[in-house]
Amino acid sequence: MNAVAQYNFAYLDEQTKRMIRRAILKAIAIPGYQVPFSSREMPMPYGWGTGGVQVTASIIGPQDVLKVIDQGADDTTNAVSIRAFFAKVAQVETTTHTAEATIIQTRHRIPEKALGQGQILVYQVPIPEPLRFLEPRETETRKMHALEEYGLMHVKLYEDIARHGRIATTYAYPVKVEGRYVMDPSPTPKFDNPKMHMSEALQLFGAGREHRIYAVPPHTEVVSLDFEDHPFEIQHFEEPCALCGASQVYLDEVILDDRGGHMYVCSDTDNCEERRAAGHVGALGADPMEAAE
Amino acid sequence: MDSVLDGGFAEPVMQSQTAFRAIMDALANPGTIRDLVTSKPIGGLSAELASVMLILADHDTSIWLDDALRGDAAVLEFLSFHTGAPVVRAPGAAVFAGASSASQLPAFAQFNLGTQEYPDRSTTIVLAVPALSGGETLITRGPGIKGHGHINPVGLPKDFVVQWADNRELFPRGIDLLLAADGQVMGLPRSTRISEGH
Repeated sequence: MNAVAQYNFAYLDEQTKRMIRRAILKAIAIPGYQVPFSSREMPMPYGWGTGGVQVTASIIGPQDVLKVIDQGADDTTNAVSIRAFFAKVAQVETTTHTAEATIIQTRHRIPEKALGQGQILVYQVPIPEPLRFLEPRETETRKMHALEEYGLMHVKLYEDIARHGRIATTYAYPVKVEGRYVMDPSPTPKFDNPKMHMSEALQLFGAGREHRIYAVPPHTEVVSLDFEDHPFEIQHFEEPCALCGASQVYLDEVILDDRGGHMYVCSDTDNCEERRAAGHVGALGADPMEAAE
Repeated sequence: MDSVLDGGFAEPVMQSQTAFRAIMDALANPGTIRDLVTSKPIGGLSAELASVMLILADHDTSIWLDDALRGDAAVLEFLSFHTGAPVVRAPGAAVFAGASSASQLPAFAQFNLGTQEYPDRSTTIVLAVPALSGGETLITRGPGIKGHGHINPVGLPKDFVVQWADNRELFPRGIDLLLAADGQVMGLPRSTRISEGH
């Protein structure tokens, strides 16, 4: 007899899963609308992805293969601990390869490799309400969504142009889903916004502290807000990844010394590793054969 | 052996998860048909309807039942024991609605359509149909559908296309529909546009 108390499969109790599952179904039926849900205390602090973890725990099954990324990386603290959490409480197989995963939980990036049909991307969302910094009252933002009154958001983007000559928002860049709800894509760089549009994958968003779940079904229109004379643009990088030589991907700047030395490397570690394994080498990347010697 | 314990899942945690994923995939990809996990029919309640209620309903969710199901003591006993969900008479008060056939179903507009502020509070209707394919072909468009799709379930309400257009018009308010037959489920969320044609 096993005397040690066991957690339920995937940590959450069945009652909680049902409640979250109902919220997910309504979120899918109303793309971009934030469904309130009764967020639970999780064995990690708010801000560490409790919303995403609760969504993942409610959908995951033993047949799933889980990948977790934090800013594109599989090997940072948040990603490692959430992956270990589900390996322990749900005994699921985990992976770092985007193509092998059925569920990908992410903190603030979308993998570079296009997601396929049947894959589910679960976002960890800190502040789900795109209008929150413009209007702090929930009663008011709720009414603004109800009346489709999004003028304030355009004013904010316009003020950017007036001050900086361009839209200066670079992450959590607001999108309109299926021509109806303005939605916060979570603090992903705006570089990733186009990947949300007509994605093959189901996208689920969980905000634990703010008690909200929202969703974008596959093949759904996701348009970044802009103006005719100031169209939406993604970031461009002047140099390719220093390790794998990739361009057209999102890069992180790494400071190398105190004399201004720096390098740009892929934010998506899996994509970078796969490219290097395939023989691509960047300016600072060591030839794997040479490095071994 | 007929007892109130009958009809529940043998492996509630895993079976609920598998069946929920079927329902989630069905709603995320409207018009596609997914395999449910079913136990067994309870009186007039089909195995598919029983399964959906087991997965999604509990004491927080009121259930509306059509006259045939509400008059069936075995059904009431099953729902009461396995879900604890209160059964309500007013369609407008229901989180879930279970109907054994389209002829038993009131107009969609009589159910809870949600509010502009809280469109998620609307009713999800679970309708047992004779078959999910083989009927008249309808065209579907909307989120979750690449280009357009085709559905041809049998046994939809007579004025379904008109009723559905009215329901779509209310977006973001409106009911969501799950059709169930032969151990399978098809999802039609309120966001889907449906028209006649081939």
